[in-house]
Amino acid sequence: MADRSFEVARLPGFKFIAISAFVLLYLPIITLVVFSFNSGQSVALWEGFSFDWYGKAWANEAVKGATIRSLIIAASASAIATTVATMAALGTTRRKAFKGQTFIYVMINQPLMVPEIVTAVALLIFFASIKVATGYNGLIYLVIAHAAFCIPFAYLPIRARLEGMDLTLETAAADLYASHWQAFRYVTLPLMLPGIIAGAMLAFVISLDDVVITEFVKSGGQDTLPTYMLGQMRRAVTPEVNAISTVLLALTVVMLTAFFVLTRKKD
Amino acid sequence: MPETTIAVEARNAVKTFGQGAVAVTALDNVSVKIKQGEFFTLLGPSGCGKTTLLRLIAGFETPTSGQILLDGDDITNLPPNKRAVNTVFQSYALFPHLTVAQNIGFGLEMQDRPRAEIKDTVARMLALVQLEPMADRKTSQLSGGQQQRVALARALAPTPKVLLLDEPLSALDLKLRKEMQIELKRLQQETGITFVFVTHDQEEALTMSDRIAVMSAGLIQQVGPPRDIYTRPANRFVASFIGETNFLAGISDGARVKLGNGAMLDVVAPRGPVGLAIRPEQVRVVAVDTAGAILATVASTVYFGTDTHVHVTLSDGTEIVARQQSPATGGVEMQKGAAVGVVLAQDALQVMGD
Repeated sequence: MADRSFEVARLPGFKFIAISAFVLLYLPIITLVVFSFNSGQSVALWEGFSFDWYGKAWANEAVKGATIRSLIIAASASAIATTVATMAALGTTRRKAFKGQTFIYVMINQPLMVPEIVTAVALLIFFASIKVATGYNGLIYLVIAHAAFCIPFAYLPIRARLEGMDLTLETAAADLYASHWQAFRYVTLPLMLPGIIAGAMLAFVISLDDVVITEFVKSGGQDTLPTYMLGQMRRAVTPEVNAISTVLLALTVVMLTAFFVLTRKKD
Repeated sequence: MPETTIAVEARNAVKTFGQGAVAVTALDNVSVKIKQGEFFTLLGPSGCGKTTLLRLIAGFETPTSGQILLDGDDITNLPPNKRAVNTVFQSYALFPHLTVAQNIGFGLEMQDRPRAEIKDTVARMLALVQLEPMADRKTSQLSGGQQQRVALARALAPTPKVLLLDEPLSALDLKLRKEMQIELKRLQQETGITFVFVTHDQEEALTMSDRIAVMSAGLIQQVGPPRDIYTRPANRFVASFIGETNFLAGISDGARVKLGNGAMLDVVAPRGPVGLAIRPEQVRVVAVDTAGAILATVASTVYFGTDTHVHVTLSDGTEIVARQQSPATGGVEMQKGAAVGVVLAQDALQVMGD
């Protein structure tokens, strides 16, 4: 008997649309990567192959400062977000469905739904008053802001991992003389670890990439890599920006690959 | 003479789930004593409270009222990790991130036993369940029967005072289940540990147990050795749940019982209406003119291979099933509607309460 299910791949024009979509997605990125190796000043006119712009970016103190700042913020924010998300996931999954559960989910995932610019303005105003009151202008504001919007990204993979876990395993651990802490340490934690690592990496990448909230919250001289690049674009654009972007891209690809490997269902 | 040592005891155990109008009583004032070294089975249909009783002994639930005693000590309020009792779960609940050997050693590790002792015990347990070559495998690489054996070894390794088994064979296919029944019995005899086994399978209960507690509706209906449970069921529920039973209604004059069709049986029962029960294998179908036989007509015959079941109807409409060994030649099917005689083995007739 013929398979009568609807197959979108058989529609006329499907191939054309699919290929166009992939070209639109990847051609700009390929162009960006290619021109990062341009020997000339232009980001549009190819002159020859060189690593010059990587060297220039590496030697640029502003780029170095922004990179270090980005990494510090991403590492601290993802650590905080992952810790909070782990506890939130434990609190929302290890029990029977409870009243207000959907409300709690929405609250935890709020940063995914509220427009980023709204969060940015809100944080700007909120932190501004604290900055005036305390006189403190450090990176901590950026770390807190990043941690806040990274929580749902860390929460979702951890929750998915916990939901797939058999609660009887903890009962079995208790039956075999494990205290609450030991059951968590030797059974729950190792089983949820892939979810935690995946969540942490996703949070790290999201933090590394942020422009809007950072731009609003940062004080003078606190450019991260993305906001530094945005600043550069306002002046003459050189392939230095391409080189930095390419490095960021490579870093992200590595982390996301690791994310997929870790969250892949076994068997 | 001192009494046999009691390993586990439930005293007036009550367990209610939920509150108010939606409250469900899973266990209704259950008291039972399980002896040291015995293979004790909790048998009953689903929802009868057998698993709840097991979970009270394990410590996964706390009774609403009543007590649980282990070796005479009140353990009612001890958490599971403080009880010298281990469980084989229906789903096995093996730790997927650990190897077979690590799974078996888990309980000993948690008890902080010395390394050398853990290593020895794990090796001994692997040998006991014949899984030595699998020691370093992950549990997901094992077959259902092998996982079952790991679950057993893991629960036996810390040498519990009592091993609890929650329908451990229900996930296995028939052939493997039969093998594991023999295996379980062997393990119980070799280790001498008290087994408390939960099942809804009456055949499993009859073949494996030293004693059976038949449960229904949160109550223990009868406790006794398999032979007693089968031949002397305490009430209608036990008689119908374990094996097949014919129920007959009659009226007793104190010395004899008169059935609905007028037949007189030599059964002593209190005066008034009585219920009688008899197993199908204690009923014989004979020629219609046999002296003392009750008249009946054949309703149908069902061939089971070794046995043939003959369903007959008495003149008052009562239906009776007789189980007969099939003749070597396969026999001849009795004609539907044929007049026959029925003989009830007098000593197998049971007077039934409700």
